[in-house]
Amino acid sequence: MLKVKNLEKIFYKGTPNENVAINKIDLTVNEGDFITIVGSNGAGKSTLLNSIAGVFPVDNGNIFLDDEDITAKTEYKCAQKIGRVFQNPLAGTSPEMTIEENLSLAISKSNNLSLKWGLSKHKREIMQKHLEKIDLGLEKRLTTKVKLLSGGQRQALTLLMATVANPRLLLLDEHTAALDPATAIKIKNLTAELVNSNNITTLMITHNMEDAIKMGNRLIMMDGGQIIYDIQGEEKENLTIEKLLKMFEIKHGGKFNNDRMLLSV
Amino acid sequence: MNLSFAITSLEQGLAFGIMALGVFISFRILDFADLTVDGSLPLGAAVSARLLVAGVNPFYSLAAAVVAGGMAGAITGFLNTKLKIAPLLSGILTMTSLYSINLRVMGRPNIPLIGKDTIFSFIRDLGVPYPWNNLLLLILVIVVVKFLLDAFLNTQIGFALRATGDNPQMIRSMGISTNSMKMLGLIISNALVALSGALVGQYQGFADVNMGVGTIVAGLASVIIGEVVIGEKSIMIATIGVIIGSILYRFSISIALNLGLAASDLKLLTAVIVIVFLSTPRIKKALR
Repeated sequence: MLKVKNLEKIFYKGTPNENVAINKIDLTVNEGDFITIVGSNGAGKSTLLNSIAGVFPVDNGNIFLDDEDITAKTEYKCAQKIGRVFQNPLAGTSPEMTIEENLSLAISKSNNLSLKWGLSKHKREIMQKHLEKIDLGLEKRLTTKVKLLSGGQRQALTLLMATVANPRLLLLDEHTAALDPATAIKIKNLTAELVNSNNITTLMITHNMEDAIKMGNRLIMMDGGQIIYDIQGEEKENLTIEKLLKMFEIKHGGKFNNDRMLLSV
Repeated sequence: MNLSFAITSLEQGLAFGIMALGVFISFRILDFADLTVDGSLPLGAAVSARLLVAGVNPFYSLAAAVVAGGMAGAITGFLNTKLKIAPLLSGILTMTSLYSINLRVMGRPNIPLIGKDTIFSFIRDLGVPYPWNNLLLLILVIVVVKFLLDAFLNTQIGFALRATGDNPQMIRSMGISTNSMKMLGLIISNALVALSGALVGQYQGFADVNMGVGTIVAGLASVIIGEVVIGEKSIMIATIGVIIGSILYRFSISIALNLGLAASDLKLLTAVIVIVFLSTPRIKKALR
């Protein structure tokens, strides 16, 4: 359902600082895939996700979502079919607006905006139902301004907002990296739950090898702007952190250099 | 301060309160310091005055002012969102161009409206006694504007507008164009400012090309005084705050004049008021 063909992204092209962030990547994502993405610093993980999300124009290649060429589409247009959660837990919500107002925007995402009331009894019932599922007591705080929530609560809300309109694709960019360990575990469980129950095709960047192996049905390892391993099925089920690090060293010809990743092993 | 002085301050506070609601939209909702208002306020007055002189119904002249103000906002929006000129400069450019345009609209620097039919002469002719005639009309207009604005900001588009100023990244993730929202916000904001200009012109009995100088600072003063005095718990309360802020601002100006301050010193006083209110939170923090 998502096809990336011969994708290339070069930052500072034609300057001494030229940096090939994505070096001719081909990737086919199947309906319902939950892919975890690992790789060292500067491997091109975030650039790949940002290219798919239309954050910046790419230098070469094409991206197809459901056979539609979205390569040249701008960020907000891509977002109509793609849900995203960022590393910064403050990035995905509007702090001065209430929980229900934020969620209302997410629920109306699939429709065109109109002059209908932003909130309605029907909408509130939907919100209650969804908020009860994430089990943080937010369903009792619909009229609380989001800036009063903790980072973890905000990230949970962002995750809910990104999935509530049933996007075709969900992009998660280290979305638990800025949270404390206990909260991170909660958000990870919530992620698995929301993705599985709605069967959303998902790409998740993580610096946590264990999560990368445990979560999802497919694991992609990136290095130097390329995909060096694409592991799925039985092979992924039998994967261990040691095996994964060894595989990396074989291709890369050196030790893994993602500090945060090594610390979390 | 005698009663008629108080009534005048109240009336001015209401008439300029609509301008303050416009500034509230750009400055607070969109987080866009829009200097267009120094040009769109006299634009509203100019369009309305020119039409009144031509014998047009005064209520229609208000509608024309709203449209003209919206167009001014659209130009600033175009400069910022399409040509990528910084918000502050976009506003300054439109404001500067509007000075020439306002002179063109009026054909001269000043149009007196004495003896012309205005919305105020209309209500006086209905037999409403002083001071209720002007007051009732202004209160009616501002209440309608306030409730329409409150309602709009609670629609789906209104939510998107509010989130655009608060967290543009989030609004893009929701599949909404931040550029369209900015454009829409600037159009509404300047339409309100021009409406206010038209009302002020009809109220004071003339339109003048220089009447817009310092509008943005007066607007900011109203918004900020309102936030300090009334608060900003919800949109409904925040818009009440803006109107109360505008009235309090006009009262403080009147009091300053009564205390013997020269009219030419008012701009300085206004700037000082804004600085004091803007810095209060920081000073309070530092003292703690």
